[in-house]
Amino acid sequence: MKLSDTTALAAAGTAPVSAAASAAEARANIFEMTQAAEEAVLRPRNPGRWPQPLRAAMAARIARQNGEDALADQHLEAAGRFAALADPEDDGTESGLGAVISFMDKVATRTRDVQTADIVALQAGGVTDADIVRLAELNAFLAYQIRVIAGLRLMGAGG
Amino acid sequence: MSRVVTKFTRSVPQWRPRVAPVKLEEATAEQLDALKVTPSNTKVSDYVLTLAHDAESLKIRSPLFNAIMYDRGGMSRAERELGAIGASMVNHCIYCAAVHADRHAQLEKSTEVTHRLFRDGAQAELDPRDRAIFDFAQALSECPSRADASHIAA
Repeated sequence: MKLSDTTALAAAGTAPVSAAASAAEARANIFEMTQAAEEAVLRPRNPGRWPQPLRAAMAARIARQNGEDALADQHLEAAGRFAALADPEDDGTESGLGAVISFMDKVATRTRDVQTADIVALQAGGVTDADIVRLAELNAFLAYQIRVIAGLRLMGAGG
Repeated sequence: MSRVVTKFTRSVPQWRPRVAPVKLEEATAEQLDALKVTPSNTKVSDYVLTLAHDAESLKIRSPLFNAIMYDRGGMSRAERELGAIGASMVNHCIYCAAVHADRHAQLEKSTEVTHRLFRDGAQAELDPRDRAIFDFAQALSECPSRADASHIAA
């Protein structure tokens, strides 16, 4: 895969010859590992309770909540039957995923307010510890990917 | 049981996960493989054992973290820790802020900057370069990001 084909550089719209592109070139290993990390959270071999289309929908939702529409559209393509969840207005109740979506929303948009009770609520709903960690990893990766994209875009804007 | 720490500190608190870490003796081959690439092989921390629940992610996140924080070129290691402190303060993660503050103090051989940040908050007096790095990190950590061209210019 070419560096410019990685999700982060594509979504940031990084021009091939720019300060952002040369910074990315100098950090090529990071962009390659970032893409591998995306594979691990969006298309894992062992997805646990969260199938790949649901992961794509949650990723698109988090991107949307951060105002990253290009990234959201890209993740949405793989969301299949869970596509409705990419809309932050859908609270997940209809899909039977209300508690999970509520947890993901809080971690993504109000990180500072997350408390023990939020984890306990998932556990009480029958979500295993391993599946809670999988949700956290997905959320953490998106938080990172979105900020790399936002930073690259700002560098691009500055020339 | 020790109390939950709610104020920023440079003394790294004991990290107590709300989910059960993987037990090393029960770890699968894939989990053991992922645990091998973590920074500390001598004593596997609860933090890493908790992440081992998602072995595929752990296996890539440790080398990615190391590259971001320690690879040569660009910002100094202490400046990267300062950025991480900014993000940790926005997310109100006492543990992460303590870990990064402790490393910052070690690298700088001084607790001055982190002491000021934790005493006076985000508006603490910093030199211009540190201020620019810290402000950008904080703005970018908001959801959605508040970072703009003025942060880049600074």
